Amino acid sequence: MDYFDRFAVPHPSPAIYVSMVAIGLTVIAIIAGLTYFKKWGYLWREWLTTVDHKRIGIMYLISALLMLFRGGADAIMMRAQLAVPENTLLDAQHYNEIFTTHGIVMIIFMAMPFIMAFMNFVVPLQIGARDVAFPRLNALSFWLFFMGAMLLNISFVVGGSPDAGWTSYFPLAGNEFSESVGTNYYMLALQIAGLGTLMTGINFITTILKMRAPGMTLMKMPMFTWSALVTNAIIVFAFPVLTVALLMGTMDRLFATNFFTTANGGMDMLWANFFWVWGHPEVYILILPAFGIYSEIISTFSRRNLYGYKSMVGSMVIISLLSFLVWTHHFFTMGQGALTNSIFSITTMAIAVPTGVKIFNWLFTLWKGKIVITTPMLYSLLFIPIFTIGGVTGVMLGMSAADYQYHNTMFLVAHFHMVIIPGVVFAMLAALHYYWPKMFGFKLNEKIGKVGAWVISMSTLLAFMPMFFSGLDGQARRMYTYSESTGFGFLNMLSFIGAIGFAIGFCLIVYNIYYSTRYASRDISSDPWDARSLEWATHSPVPEYNFAITPQVNSAEAFWDAKKHGHELFTGEYEKIHMPNNSGVPFIMGCIFFAWGFSFIFGMWIPVIISTIGIFACMALRSFEKDHGRYISVNEIKKTETSRGA
Amino acid sequence: MKIDNSLPLEYSTGQNQINILGFWIFIGAEIMLFGTLFAAYFTLVDRTGNGPTGADIFEIAPLLIETFVLLTSSFTIGLAIHAMRLGKQKAMMTFFGITLLLGLVFLSVEIFEFNHFYHVGAGLQTSAFTAILLTTLGTHGAHVTFGLFWGLSIVLQVRKRGLTPETANKSFIFSLYWHFLDVVWIFIFSFIYLKGLM
Ligand code: HEM
Ligand SMILES: [Cu+2]
Repeated sequence: MDYFDRFAVPHPSPAIYVSMVAIGLTVIAIIAGLTYFKKWGYLWREWLTTVDHKRIGIMYLISALLMLFRGGADAIMMRAQLAVPENTLLDAQHYNEIFTTHGIVMIIFMAMPFIMAFMNFVVPLQIGARDVAFPRLNALSFWLFFMGAMLLNISFVVGGSPDAGWTSYFPLAGNEFSESVGTNYYMLALQIAGLGTLMTGINFITTILKMRAPGMTLMKMPMFTWSALVTNAIIVFAFPVLTVALLMGTMDRLFATNFFTTANGGMDMLWANFFWVWGHPEVYILILPAFGIYSEIISTFSRRNLYGYKSMVGSMVIISLLSFLVWTHHFFTMGQGALTNSIFSITTMAIAVPTGVKIFNWLFTLWKGKIVITTPMLYSLLFIPIFTIGGVTGVMLGMSAADYQYHNTMFLVAHFHMVIIPGVVFAMLAALHYYWPKMFGFKLNEKIGKVGAWVISMSTLLAFMPMFFSGLDGQARRMYTYSESTGFGFLNMLSFIGAIGFAIGFCLIVYNIYYSTRYASRDISSDPWDARSLEWATHSPVPEYNFAITPQVNSAEAFWDAKKHGHELFTGEYEKIHMPNNSGVPFIMGCIFFAWGFSFIFGMWIPVIISTIGIFACMALRSFEKDHGRYISVNEIKKTETSRGA
Repeated sequence: MKIDNSLPLEYSTGQNQINILGFWIFIGAEIMLFGTLFAAYFTLVDRTGNGPTGADIFEIAPLLIETFVLLTSSFTIGLAIHAMRLGKQKAMMTFFGITLLLGLVFLSVEIFEFNHFYHVGAGLQTSAFTAILLTTLGTHGAHVTFGLFWGLSIVLQVRKRGLTPETANKSFIFSLYWHFLDVVWIFIFSFIYLKGLM
């Protein structure tokens, strides 16, 4: 039995036991359901082994929504605990665990897959390609992300959650102060998911550089594709830093090395530096695709081409470079001296300039446009003012001298939520409504969608504006309670109400998905928004080969030109189309990675060795296998096209 | 599959060109990976705690053997690719084999060297310096190890399937990888060993 003691939760509570039971029951229910409805084969053939970028995109989307739920549950617990002074709903330890997993889940396992979802689904369509450059690698990326997410998510019922913050600063995150396996989960889960992200980066840069439709020069790419290109370049340069940092952190924890300890020459600040050398670019990895989405939506629903295309591209490139030069602003107070702080203050504030350029470009696109308010457009319009609040407070934080007052207070918490929620979450929800008809062939209900957008944006303001004030008054972040006499109670109660509002907004979106799936008309055109780029030029839902004939492009808005100026997109005859085969290897490799990570976390070396061999065996299998894909015949294409009414 | 015969075999199909570009981007990521390790090394090099410094433990002989062997292997893999372009499968396989053998020698000497480090009191846990030293060397060594298995599987495939656009592509990409490891070693040689010995 001793062997199994390691899996026990170090700080149990009734809520955790209830969750265990709930998780167990859900798993049983899923297995029973799949068996009862005989869906195992379907699941395996159509989803687990798929290499189709559209299906992978949809799987990312589902994961992101699930993780939004998980992270949201954490958020509600935290806000409930802080709603009144000296609350005892959660104790200090549980509060620590919850804010830690909230941060990790939201950034790595909600925002990232949300972005990956739309990159996967949209980019190949926008550039007129059949799939990504390496479809199998793409599936592997997804499964690595997914297994990383699952690994982190089981931590709170098996062995204990990480509790050193999503930033996991050492020495707090070292063995001395974080005894449970929680931080091991952090190290390994992020490592596995990070590898997946890195491969996505390589895959998409190659795809965008090599697989564009004829005529689509770089400066004729739709803005979302541009944002994906820049983002993936940041990924390729930022994620290896995280890989190394996590490797060193893992070694400190499991092999007793002294990288980040305070003894034998270790240097705790090295972790903080590495973390943010990755971490700051990471926030731009999140925001740039969101900017891309807004560019698409705003120009579609202003019925105008995007204002300042070149400056949009230029500002993204500048942001991507600057994003690597500002990391120190996350620890101005941790002792690097006035000169260093001043330099990083300047670079930090400089980033606001290209960001401002983008905001003005959107405003000028709206100017004199024929604005159509749809749900995606509503999110985009709400984004501009709310994000600006977040951005301006970011510049306040960027002034190093002033940051001594703001740092580690609720003011900071308000800042990053005011950029990430309108920036990333609104964009992804806008994209969800915008691309839903392309993904599934019907629209989400506009009325429920708009109510949802208003509820979510007003709740964001209600939840986070009060934190600017309580933060300036000195309420520290990551504290599980505060005394009555501080007078923070009222502001925190407002935040709590805002958080509840957000939850209601989330429920509205889920309800909308349910409602529209049941009642929405399936009889919609393949271009329901009167949009401008290539993804709208094919059928909805998209056939597996994307385009029966490769499109010919002559401008940045090829589809719009085709509709309004008589440009011929599809010339030529049907030809047989080469497609990659499905494969179970990525999924199996993902599972082995899960086993590898799990055994690593608990220091069970024999399973680690076995699964390491398993991983390499999968790679060898792939290397020796002869898989030349398959062809879709002209007849088959004709059949599909006529059935879709082409 | 469209084959363009005006290009070298390894570039002759669209997928081949995509693979090569993808691999170059991967090397970009690898540069960041080793760059980060070097950054960590330079930060921690003087933080030796109670343990030895570089000058205390570095040995010239194994270092020279490693360097000589690895640089030569980079040359022979170049010859292998040259032979491949001339369509001389046999010569290619010979040079490929020599490359892998040299890689194996490199690895054996490195293992011997690690053993030596351990015996003179420079273990993984001794100090921040020894930890980053062994991690940086170890990461490079792990890459070489992986390369040996990878190279072996390519040799087997070329033997079985001959020089096709696919096997040529794999071999070429492997050669990029191998040259890259060599470049990393030059940095290790100069900035870790030579600087440490001074
Ligand atoms: C105008 C541009 C921006 C500026 C000048 C800026 C500045 C800053 C500064 C100086 C801090 C550190 C403050 C402190 O710790 O005391 C910070 C924290 C943060 N920012 Fe921003 N920021 C900007 C935009 C963004 C964007 C677009 C995002 C995300 C999409 C973002 C996400 C974050 C996060 C997550 C943190 C806090 C991380 C933590 O400590 O847990 N920021 N920002
Ligand atoms: Cu930052």
